[in-house]
Parts: sequence; C-alpha cells; structure tokens
Amino acid sequence: MTRDPIDIGALIANVSDAGRGATVAFLGSVRRSSDDGPVVAIEYSAYEEMVEAEFGGIVTEARARWPGADVAARHRVGDVPLGAASIAVVAAAPHRGEAFEAARYVIEEAKRRLPVWKRERFAGGTARWREE
Amino acid sequence: MTVHCRFFARYAEVAGREALDLDVPRGATVAQAVDALRVMLRAGAQLPARPLVAVNREHAALDRVLVDGDELALLPPLAGG
Repeated sequence: MTRDPIDIGALIANVSDAGRGATVAFLGSVRRSSDDGPVVAIEYSAYEEMVEAEFGGIVTEARARWPGADVAARHRVGDVPLGAASIAVVAAAPHRGEAFEAARYVIEEAKRRLPVWKRERFAGGTARWREE
Repeated sequence: MTVHCRFFARYAEVAGREALDLDVPRGATVAQAVDALRVMLRAGAQLPARPLVAVNREHAALDRVLVDGDELALLPPLAGG
C-alpha cells in the first residue's frame, strides 16, 4: 500500500525481464459518477495489515497459475483526487495471453478480497461512505 | 477468553472506536462474538447480524470457533480498487 501517487513505472520495472516479452499494466482511477455530485476527493482507508497479507497471497497465486509470469500491485490509501490512480496491477509474461490473464486475475481478486473502503468527500465539506 | 475486536470505516463510526477487547466464553464462534458486540455497543444494533469478518487477518466464516487472543475484524462491504 502507499499513501503517495502510484509509480506505475516502478511497478513495471519490478516485473520486467528479458524473458518476458509481454507486459500488461492496469490502472484503476477515481471516477466521478453522475449521481455523486461535486465530489472533490475520495478517501481510501484500509485494514492495512490484512491488505498486505491478501495482496501477497493473490500475487503468490498468480505466480503459481502462470509460472512464467510475474506480477506487482499497489493500492493507494488516504485522499486520492479525481482522475488519479487508486490501484495498479502490472503483469509480465513470455507472451501476451498469460500477461493479460494474470493481470485480470489479480485485479479481480483484489476487488473481491482486499479490505479497503472509500469515503466520498463533497465540496460542501460533507462526506459519505460509498459501499457498492 | 479475550478476543481483540477491530472496526473499520463505517463500522468504526457505529462502534465509536476502532478496537476493543471482548470477553467471550471458551469455544465461542464469530457469530456469538458479533451478537455480544451488537448488544454491548450503544449503537451496536446498527451493525449487521451477519457481517463480513476476518480472523487473524484472513477472511473467515461466522461459524468459525474463536480461540483466546484471536483478532476479530468486522469488515463493511469491501470497496477497494
């Protein structure tokens, strides 16, 4: 997890290898939906120790399923402005099929399993938990 | 025995705190601990009877039997990503 902007280049560097000819990078960014009103930021909070454990497990599972692949992922916590990335997943593999599949696996499992919550903050100073 | 309870996000607001130590009978399940919290906390009825939970930082079922010193976390609906 990180409180700073996600450095996608650093994640790509973590999984790059001359034997991996395909790299897939996924960024999930804070988006304004039509019924949100004037959202100025989304505050992410997390059960941080468990996020680390779950993320580690998901990455280990992906490496086991796609033995030629490596993956790296980060989730940002704290205030994340509209348009900025809240999560990033990078997968590199010898060929594109495995790279896409591994990246998809990691983001889907992260959405399903990571104990992370978001609170929308509005221009007027009010806020609400967003549960979806 | 003592179970270390943790609350997050909206549930921390409902509980009015982020953690508390709960005494439960030996052999108590997660569901029984949740019932005790819903009675003990002033706004506890606002917590769901069957919340998502983690024990010792792993997702767990409500029929999981707790042991002394376990960390029981009540997790609001997940919204990461």
